Amino acid sequence: MTELVPSYASPTGQEIVFLLLGVMAVGSALLVVTTRQLVHAALWLVVCLGALAGCYLVLTAEFVAWVQVLIYVGAVVVLLLFGIMLTRAPIGRAADLDSGNRVVAAVVAIATAVVLVTVVVDGFRTAYAPLDPGAGSAKEIGATIFRNWVLPFEALSILLLAALIGAIVISRTDIRGRG
Amino acid sequence: MPEVLDAAVRLLAILAVFLVLPLVAGQMEHKAMAHMQARLGPMYAGGFHGWAQLIADGVKFMQKEDVIPAAADRRVFGLAPAVALVPYLVVMVVIPVGPGLVGVDLDAGLFFVLAVMGIGVLGSIMAGWSSGNKYSLMGGMRSAAQLMSYELPLVLAASSVAMAAGTLSLPGIVEAWQWWWLPWQAIGGVVFFTAGLAELRRPPFDMPIAESEIIMGPMTEYTGIRFALFMLAEYAGIIVLSALTGVLFLGGWHGPLLPGPVWMLIKVFALVFVVIWVRVSYPRLREDQLQKLAWAGLVPLALVQLALTGVVKVLTG
Repeated sequence: MTELVPSYASPTGQEIVFLLLGVMAVGSALLVVTTRQLVHAALWLVVCLGALAGCYLVLTAEFVAWVQVLIYVGAVVVLLLFGIMLTRAPIGRAADLDSGNRVVAAVVAIATAVVLVTVVVDGFRTAYAPLDPGAGSAKEIGATIFRNWVLPFEALSILLLAALIGAIVISRTDIRGRG
Repeated sequence: MPEVLDAAVRLLAILAVFLVLPLVAGQMEHKAMAHMQARLGPMYAGGFHGWAQLIADGVKFMQKEDVIPAAADRRVFGLAPAVALVPYLVVMVVIPVGPGLVGVDLDAGLFFVLAVMGIGVLGSIMAGWSSGNKYSLMGGMRSAAQLMSYELPLVLAASSVAMAAGTLSLPGIVEAWQWWWLPWQAIGGVVFFTAGLAELRRPPFDMPIAESEIIMGPMTEYTGIRFALFMLAEYAGIIVLSALTGVLFLGGWHGPLLPGPVWMLIKVFALVFVVIWVRVSYPRLREDQLQKLAWAGLVPLALVQLALTGVVKVLTG
């Protein structure tokens, strides 16, 4: 990152596209929580996660963008839809979609957003990263993860393994607790 | 200006391929299936062996009334065929047919292809839910379950090739390909092709559309041009799967004597023939057999292939 900050008065094409994608992500995220139709919420989530992948693309993180689409759109949302369709999937508006905790949830969400935005703005106020194509290629990311960030990577893999074992234990009825 | 022209020519070529090859595959299915069952198939449309049958079908579909059921969710119902079809068009942009003959050489092309192909299944889930029909809903659910279990062996088998080639770019993988990869990556190739068939919901993995029990599943309520788009998506999917298997496991444009793109076409249509052959030969798998094949058969095989690739790669340095 360099200290050379270009003027914000004349945004480049990349910045405009990034902003539009950001608006799309935030807008569809709002629709996810406000829509009255359960399945529509899951479909708006697809748009939201797709726009986020677009943001990664504009930031030259090509590999991360495609992994985002593969995992979140291709697997997580499909899993959500499967779960919804397996339990209840009414067509049309559902009256019981609003939780009683929504005021508290909104306060927590806004507070989290405020904290994150302040930290990011405070930390990177004048920092400017030039967007060179190829900086987010698979090769670069692989080299960085396995050279500089091996420890977090391994910690994450242990976490995932623990979750996996937990899921197996919970889903199997022939394994009993000690109680 | 030359760059714009270059991009335009490439896109037009891809669009032409996208419009022509699925129809050829469809006609091939008509004919190959008919002859395997000792009958002739379409013989009249267009004159010579009924070559224009699919065009006639297309015209018929366009004239039909476009019915949207009263209980359906209209917006999602209308959007679903497009969500099913467009991903395959987008995937074709990165599939190489010869040295330098590719829409775009993406650095993470392999991941791009797998990611975008997964979106296509979303179309069938959307169609299943929005039809407001219990059979469609069951079909949509089965599609979702099938995608989730077969995505894993698909990605594992594909990553074995990426490991062997040391790159995620599709042209890069074909360039690195050697003839001895055929036996080396054979298990991965079979796993990839099988899992791909399941992701396309082709027989014998057509539990989600099983016409004899849930009446075409997600497509029950579709008529006219929307139904035709789903069929087009199926054949475009077959072409994409065959081309990908050719690129990843059969060496793409490599081959003696004939020019590269011709070899690529030969490989694609040989695989399309296998897809049709499998459809005619095997009975439909039951839902539990389907899941068992994925988790107890294909995933372990893909992991074996991954280990084999790693060992050979380390030994040969």
